[in-house]
Amino acid sequence: MYVYDSFDQTLLNERVAEFSEQIKRRMSGELTEEEFRPLRLMNGTYLQLHAYMLRISIPYGTLSARKLRMLAHIARHYDRGYGHFTTRQNIQFHWIKLEQLPNAVADLASVGLHGMQTSGNCVRNISTDQWAGAARDEIADPRVYAEILRQHFTLHPEFSFLPRKFKIGITGATHDRAAVKMHDIALWLRRGSDGEIGFEVGVGGGLGRTPYLAETIRPFCRREDLLGYIEAVLRVYNQYGRRDNVWKARIKILVHDLGVEKFRDEVEREFAAAKDYAPVLDDTLVAEIAERFTYPDFETLADDPPELLAALKNPDFKTWYLNCVDAHRMPGHAIVTISLKPVGLTGGDCTAEHMEAIADLAERHGYGEIRNGHEQNLCLPSVRQRDLFTLWRKLDAAGLALTNVNLITDIIACPGLDYCSLANARSIPIAMEITRRFRDLDLQRNIGRLHINISGCINACGHHHIGHIGILGVEKQGQEFYQITLGGTADENARLGTLIGPAVPFDKVPDVVEDIVAAYIELRERPDEIFVDTVKRLGIQPFKERVYAVR
Amino acid sequence: MTSPLDQKLRIEGLVVITANRLRDGAVIYRTAAGGWSTRLADAVVVSTEGEAKALLRDAAAEGTVAVGPYPAPVELTDDHAILPGNLRERIRCSGPTFDLPRVPAET
Amino acid sequence: MPFVRGGKIVADEFQRVGDEAPIPDGVPALLSAKRYLAEAGALATRNAPLGVIWPNSRTVADLAPYLDRLATIALVFPSFRDGRAYSQARLLRQRYKYRGELRATGQVLRDQFLFMLRAGFTAFEAAKDSDAEAFPEVIHRYTRYYQPSVDRRPVIAQERRKEDEEAPAPRRAAS
Repeated sequence: MYVYDSFDQTLLNERVAEFSEQIKRRMSGELTEEEFRPLRLMNGTYLQLHAYMLRISIPYGTLSARKLRMLAHIARHYDRGYGHFTTRQNIQFHWIKLEQLPNAVADLASVGLHGMQTSGNCVRNISTDQWAGAARDEIADPRVYAEILRQHFTLHPEFSFLPRKFKIGITGATHDRAAVKMHDIALWLRRGSDGEIGFEVGVGGGLGRTPYLAETIRPFCRREDLLGYIEAVLRVYNQYGRRDNVWKARIKILVHDLGVEKFRDEVEREFAAAKDYAPVLDDTLVAEIAERFTYPDFETLADDPPELLAALKNPDFKTWYLNCVDAHRMPGHAIVTISLKPVGLTGGDCTAEHMEAIADLAERHGYGEIRNGHEQNLCLPSVRQRDLFTLWRKLDAAGLALTNVNLITDIIACPGLDYCSLANARSIPIAMEITRRFRDLDLQRNIGRLHINISGCINACGHHHIGHIGILGVEKQGQEFYQITLGGTADENARLGTLIGPAVPFDKVPDVVEDIVAAYIELRERPDEIFVDTVKRLGIQPFKERVYAVR
Repeated sequence: MTSPLDQKLRIEGLVVITANRLRDGAVIYRTAAGGWSTRLADAVVVSTEGEAKALLRDAAAEGTVAVGPYPAPVELTDDHAILPGNLRERIRCSGPTFDLPRVPAET
Repeated sequence: MPFVRGGKIVADEFQRVGDEAPIPDGVPALLSAKRYLAEAGALATRNAPLGVIWPNSRTVADLAPYLDRLATIALVFPSFRDGRAYSQARLLRQRYKYRGELRATGQVLRDQFLFMLRAGFTAFEAAKDSDAEAFPEVIHRYTRYYQPSVDRRPVIAQERRKEDEEAPAPRRAAS
């Protein structure tokens, strides 16, 4: 992970001082709310239904044990004892007081955490694969480039007042776990003809009212051109993106209004014209950032040590192993996922106690590192295989050894109307009831991999468009209704889901999900044909009939 | 429930003026005395656009206590208790519609 | 509206002249883009400084042929949230090599001064007296910046390079 040097820390401290001063000027009335709002947003501070919400950036989803303990401290001292891991690899605290915020941001800054660029019309947290640096299928670790981009666009003088928010996703793996295609800029690490590192660059992805998936405008951008090229994209967007209508202000709208070809031409022209003075990502700059990354000093170990093989005789451990453990690029190691999706509780929430327990376990058994992904679960990216049984026992004792990862109760949901002032409908109670209906693990395993995504409004923070089952809350005459889509996927073959019919009322949604699942069980070709493949094979018609036949 | 701040000021039925408290974001209601309370029961209830606008004008004039005041629908019970008039206001009044994560008491 | 230049509140010698009004003789004059472009030829021999107010919705490439005749260019922030003028400023400085005064007008608030300075602005029509007075303090909020820009303020990458060359430090363990 990246380790702040004195320059990073100084800039952060100066930011904290600036924000604290801005808060003071707001509390005294010297700043109006209209003037203060974009300033607090640029520091990740929202005003929601009940309180202020603080969104803290977790760059490329990587945390140290020390940072996770600080998040526990924030939860305990400034909030109501818990935090919420989000669908963009950040964490949110929902009960923050503005008057305490200067202290909270100072505490966070002491370990290099902050809310900079988590909101506002600037370049947001750059999302990556939570298995970066640990997975087997990576060309290279994307996090170095995520950090380079983060620094370059932090308080950027030209691009801090864009028409709208700007999200970049980057992956270095063949299997895209970061859903990069739904970002304004999608970056894939690629190797060029000489084996050198470069990037495929896509633009125009984004969910919300008009969802689009990113399209490639430069199949291979040389590494040294990356910053200049992205600046060219941003400059075209900053000048021509719409500012008159908030629903049409994202770059995806500009790309589609101009057409991808014309948009690309504009970018290429801008890039060429700026050649003399554009920032260059030279080897020295990459090395400077890469040097500030620390990597675990991996022990030299062999796969399948005797401790693990013996432990696999324990059926409960085996169940956990099969669900939560994945292959690591280093022999003798493994990736462990910790599900934050218990039955009947809010998915993605984590208490201060659980955060501390996980921090301890990371230090003990995980080289001190924790990750969070857009699925709202946590991960210990590097665990010695011989420690897995011991780790499992401790996770289980803490209630953190759930075995529903990627199953139907591993739901991705936005906070919805229970917290968020943008929402039209609630999402968490829907998720809770679905988890109750499907609590039986044998049933869940029989169903297999099934991603449900729930959004409480068209802003789509639950990413419902790319859910295998997508649920979108809408308001009709003061009542909550939900549109159901099927067949969305988030990976390298990303697809948007298809609406199956008229919206259904709040209390009927779990029934509808049960009907859809029942239809799938009947219609699947084999038990291991997963839900989304059945939908792809048959289309939505048989599911539509099942759901609407009786309604 | 579209954000009330985006809606035209059209009063149908009974409303109170509500906002978030600047210093901590808490939900507050305008009282007859011209102050703010966290209790809906203390709110002054009005039924015409003119009354609502007057309350809003006063609320907006001060600017260091309340953020984003707007008229929120309410209902009165037979014994004149004030109830929130829609789901969004119920949630603002009583909090999220589920139990928050259970945390051990501080020792 | 207080005018800040060189880090201080000073009197603005430029007068804004409406499209229909006669341009006073010997007085620094600020004209709209429309008027300036229409009369640029005739104004070339004028004996006092000229400036143009350039809209943020129009490409600065159209202004490029006239840069060496202009003493000031005023760019516009209709709302402080509308950041188009930042790109315009940077283009004028870095692509078109404009060396004259670049002034920020419109809703110019203290929390944007630093962004503006770094984008190449050298003068500010501040919206509030208190913001203009705070200018000297505000521009020292940050000592170094992550990215190079138009200005000469210290850039972190360069400072790192210097430090690494002088005394390469062992990397610290993860914290």
